Amino acid sequence: MCGVCGCSEPEHESEPLAHAHSSHALEHSHAHHYDPARAHDHVHPHGHDHAHAHDNVHAHGHDHAHAHDRDSRLIRLEHDLLHKNSLLAGQNRAWFQGRAVLAINLVSSPGSGKTTLLERTIAESGLRWKLLVIQGDQATDRDAARIRGAGARAVQINTGTGCHLDAAMVARGVAELDPPAGSILAIENVGNLVCPALFDLGERARVAVLSVTEGADKPLKYPYLFRGTQLVLLNKTDLLPYVDFDLDACKDLLRQVNPDVEMLAVSAKTGSGLDAWYAWLTQRLAIAPQQTAQGAAP
Amino acid sequence: MHELGIAMQLVDAVTERARGARVRRVVLEIGALTAVLPDALRFCFDLATAGSAVEGASLEILERPGRARCRVCQREFELLRPFGRCVCGGTELDWLGGDELRICEMEVA
Repeated sequence: MCGVCGCSEPEHESEPLAHAHSSHALEHSHAHHYDPARAHDHVHPHGHDHAHAHDNVHAHGHDHAHAHDRDSRLIRLEHDLLHKNSLLAGQNRAWFQGRAVLAINLVSSPGSGKTTLLERTIAESGLRWKLLVIQGDQATDRDAARIRGAGARAVQINTGTGCHLDAAMVARGVAELDPPAGSILAIENVGNLVCPALFDLGERARVAVLSVTEGADKPLKYPYLFRGTQLVLLNKTDLLPYVDFDLDACKDLLRQVNPDVEMLAVSAKTGSGLDAWYAWLTQRLAIAPQQTAQGAAP
Repeated sequence: MHELGIAMQLVDAVTERARGARVRRVVLEIGALTAVLPDALRFCFDLATAGSAVEGASLEILERPGRARCRVCQREFELLRPFGRCVCGGTELDWLGGDELRICEMEVA
């Protein structure tokens, strides 16, 4: 077997083959004697940096490190650990940009009021915009039914045992919903302050909903999630008189994990503060997608 | 437990690049400020590799420290968690390192 390219062709051992390895171990090129009977699934761009006969004498210099014994080789990858998700998220993002769809990834703990917020946003949107929803939950389609009841199209994605939405699930949801150009696509993530932080869905902005009943120290307890958001909606502010919630302390802690985040105090129940949220959406929708930051990866 | 999802993506990625070769070792770089726990990932790696071309491969994780620069005084220091306080009292920090989540290299046979 070739110690550099790892080809397992038996002929390598018996008959010398002309080999060339370019500087990159992965995309290295090499010349093989063509055997039409053998299926080749790799491309051979003939960029010969240094050709050599494959006679087991490896007296040639490589400018990349690899274990150069006869039966193992090192491949440098240097890519994102979440490469696959990132690729799909990039495809989603390109699709959204092409149609000027404003995709928002809504994250929060369970019960913070994401669905109530969306119901009210849909009911009060009038002709300002068209809003569609991808609902992520481990089980049931109760939330999608609520959104449809409020007058918007929605698809429910059940993640089963999964604790977050990923870019592939969103791609399936988008294919089913087919949001029209210029619309807003709200992606309501699984209620979870941990796992959704890591998965880029291709959204333009990540919005966290934090309710006053959860406690002011949530941003510090779940810093990864709050680090990656552009906006925090502080919800259930109608309950402030009844709960021990220090609004200033919450803002201060939030700035510690994310100095650039915006915060809006709202009540999805009474409607208090929602005009600022609608203005935020309108403004984002008006900005050309190319001018905004790419991605919301943590 | 998002580490299982990450481990499965890792196995997919290295299997694809190995092109049928047996993977002996995978080297990752993980920053201290990411939401990925190296121990949890090691545990999930064994589960995710079972029955694949990566089964039996060793997982090497290079842990990278977090570094931050204070927006108030521009001082740079090590950050152990994804937030912190500068000696000047500043808490608004820009990250200089520690957010790495990379597959560096792999050894195949």
